Amino acid sequence: MTELRRRGGGDPDSTDNISDKEAGGDDRPDLPGDAEGEGDVDSKADTPDVPLSTADTDNTPECLNKALEGLPPRWKNYWIRGVLSIAMISGFFLIIYMGPITLIFVVMCVQIKCFQEIITIGYRVYHSYELPWFRTLSWYFLVCVNYFFYGETVADYFGALVQREEPLQFLARYHRFISFTLYLAGFCMFVLSLVKKHYRLQFYMFAWTHVTLLIVVTQSHLVIQNLFEGMIWFIVPISIVICNDIMAYLFGFFFGRTPLIKLSPKKTWEGFIGGYFGTVVFGFLLALLLSQFQYFVCPVEFNSETNSFAVECEPSDIFVVQEYTLPAVVQNTLRWKTVNLYPFQIHSIFLSSFASLIGPFGGFFASGFKRAFKIKDFANTIPGHGGIMDRFDCQYLMATFVHVYITSFIRYKDE
Amino acid sequence: MTELRRRGGGDPDSTDNISDKEAGGDDRPDLPGDAEGEGDVDSKADTPDVPLSTADTDNTPECLNKALEGLPPRWKNYWIRGVLSIAMISGFFLIIYMGPITLIFVVMCVQIKCFQEIITIGYRVYHSYELPWFRTLSWYFLVCVNYFFYGETVADYFGALVQREEPLQFLARYHRFISFTLYLAGFCMFVLSLVKKHYRLQFYMFAWTHVTLLIVVTQSHLVIQNLFEGMIWFIVPISIVICNDIMAYLFGFFFGRTPLIKLSPKKTWEGFIGGYFGTVVFGFLLALLLSQFQYFVCPVEFNSETNSFAVECEPSDIFVVQEYTLPAVVQNTLRWKTVNLYPFQIHSIFLSSFASLIGPFGGFFASGFKRAFKIKDFANTIPGHGGIMDRFDCQYLMATFVHVYITSFIRGPNPSKVLQQLLKLQPEQQLSIFHSLHAHLRDRGMLAPEA
Repeated sequence: MTELRRRGGGDPDSTDNISDKEAGGDDRPDLPGDAEGEGDVDSKADTPDVPLSTADTDNTPECLNKALEGLPPRWKNYWIRGVLSIAMISGFFLIIYMGPITLIFVVMCVQIKCFQEIITIGYRVYHSYELPWFRTLSWYFLVCVNYFFYGETVADYFGALVQREEPLQFLARYHRFISFTLYLAGFCMFVLSLVKKHYRLQFYMFAWTHVTLLIVVTQSHLVIQNLFEGMIWFIVPISIVICNDIMAYLFGFFFGRTPLIKLSPKKTWEGFIGGYFGTVVFGFLLALLLSQFQYFVCPVEFNSETNSFAVECEPSDIFVVQEYTLPAVVQNTLRWKTVNLYPFQIHSIFLSSFASLIGPFGGFFASGFKRAFKIKDFANTIPGHGGIMDRFDCQYLMATFVHVYITSFIRYKDE
Repeated sequence: MTELRRRGGGDPDSTDNISDKEAGGDDRPDLPGDAEGEGDVDSKADTPDVPLSTADTDNTPECLNKALEGLPPRWKNYWIRGVLSIAMISGFFLIIYMGPITLIFVVMCVQIKCFQEIITIGYRVYHSYELPWFRTLSWYFLVCVNYFFYGETVADYFGALVQREEPLQFLARYHRFISFTLYLAGFCMFVLSLVKKHYRLQFYMFAWTHVTLLIVVTQSHLVIQNLFEGMIWFIVPISIVICNDIMAYLFGFFFGRTPLIKLSPKKTWEGFIGGYFGTVVFGFLLALLLSQFQYFVCPVEFNSETNSFAVECEPSDIFVVQEYTLPAVVQNTLRWKTVNLYPFQIHSIFLSSFASLIGPFGGFFASGFKRAFKIKDFANTIPGHGGIMDRFDCQYLMATFVHVYITSFIRGPNPSKVLQQLLKLQPEQQLSIFHSLHAHLRDRGMLAPEA
């Protein structure tokens, strides 16, 4: 079903959005997307109906709309953002309460949604000529890579379960070979599906899919691995990033004057620095709060007798209160000689520093990406906030950093 | 130094090569590259002078040109290809003779050249506006990823050397963190280098660089890991792929009639199938030849006393001749009951099958890529053959396959690696492992029972 839409040389303006020779996006963050893009959306039966502009929230529940009827649009937007923020944070607490399996499931759902959002953008950008194999192939590659990563995780953590079941044993033993064969089948299908006049397009989509997989799937896999170390390694980084977002926003709102970077005109130095200090304090206190509970601190283990996840253990050294002698300078000031801290709180300072100072680069990257492809948000899933990717763009660098931090400084390699 | 070259909406024909809305390459393999591409090459001072068309070999040495003066161009091309093929194969033998270090060095050089070729194409395609950070950043990412991979390899295989040197120990202990920090620095530089009107271009180049790294660097790393298993795992796959190329070409030349795939019009079914059988036979014989020598068969180990690579060992079971009972059907035909084979020869049949049946897909992928971006060859490095990538495009799938094959079917856990990891643990953990190992061995009768 190849609907060939040749654009010829007709309208030079219409090449503005797409052709490589045109320079990238302009610095106009509120550009709702040019007319050509929306013309595309209307005329392609296959593309999901996601308008490029998300200034008006289409997904707002009716009840919310009614409650906010009387307010001017700007305040309405703030209220919706606020309500949805609180809803998301409450949802986060609920998921934590429900335990590790739910968390893993949620991480996987987020990953699939992020992948779908980015792939959809890719299709829209490249005016996918409705080559049906491409959606199938992209999703197939997602399944393959997930199978590979989750298979490795399962073989590591569910060792006892795997030993018991014969078919699982076979899958675990030849796991890499099976994953490679599956991937290769997808690769060969791609080569066989190359259509004569669409080579470049198909290669672009192939590369787009792979880069997306590289970013989205590996990060979610690292998040799961962090989680298995102990739920605290999942909760604290995510909370720190969310807190940094909120703190930077509040500081910027009240004190912001000097712009930070041309990519994101709304960000300010005051917000950046205030967010840093606020996040360090928040992380310090959160670490203090969570280190006291075994539920958060113990590695998640699969108990093969009860066939469930257990979080009970002897807390490791970094979660045991230790006495630190303060440096002489501080001693004279505060008149304390020593202070009792969890070592994890010291670690949390480093995590907070990373989240505040380097984490925003992930956000700038996503802003540049949106600017380059002239979209306002990745999708329209969350009213007032945009897509799932918009919420998670700063998390990605954090997940990798936490994983590298754990393997370098905390954990020796598994025996 | 941002030389802005705005093309405006001027010439609709000139958008043909580049704009996304234009369909991909046409099915004209001998297209020398359109005029616009060559216009680009002339007007950009920064791009290396690589013409898109390689119909005339510019890199041919003078001596060769003189010797072939009298011949018509087509024969001249064949002779040059032939001479260069023999030169490359001889070079291959020479490098093998010179040992593992040379091999590793050559693999690294090939990798760098392939990377440079693909990045150069990317620049040409995207009319890089001479944003100087991009070349630097691409090469920087190459260095980072190589540092990460080779650091992991060095820490694994040169364990003793690393233990001795204090700075190396620090680098090995925090290797992942250091690699991540280096990569992150590059990532932040990229974000800070985003220039207002060139966002899309810069993101394209970022993606192009990363996909290239993914393909080129991981594969070369897998090649090196195969090599450490034993040089035979390096030589046999590469030879098989080269042989398949040559066999398919010869069979196609003499018997070829039915085209194989639209992507590569010169390939035929006769060449494909003939190449398969020829390669299986060749691989079988080559495996027989090489399995007899310890130099090829033994894992490459670094001897910390002599500070050099040593290839001496007790050959593993797959390199020891074993007697196989032939199935009854074959027994009646050939009047042989058993046959003495190296098990590795059986493995070589699987490797040859992969190289002949699936390996060509790597070649089709590269052909489609060249077709998509309207280039005839990746570069003009080797006269008559094109660039390094042209020679190595089928090798990539093979290297990954061999690595996966080894880890799945050949190699068990490495005892020295397990020991290394054990020594890193806390004493209490080591003690508990010791106790459970002790009990395990006692149960199996390897150790004398407690008196």
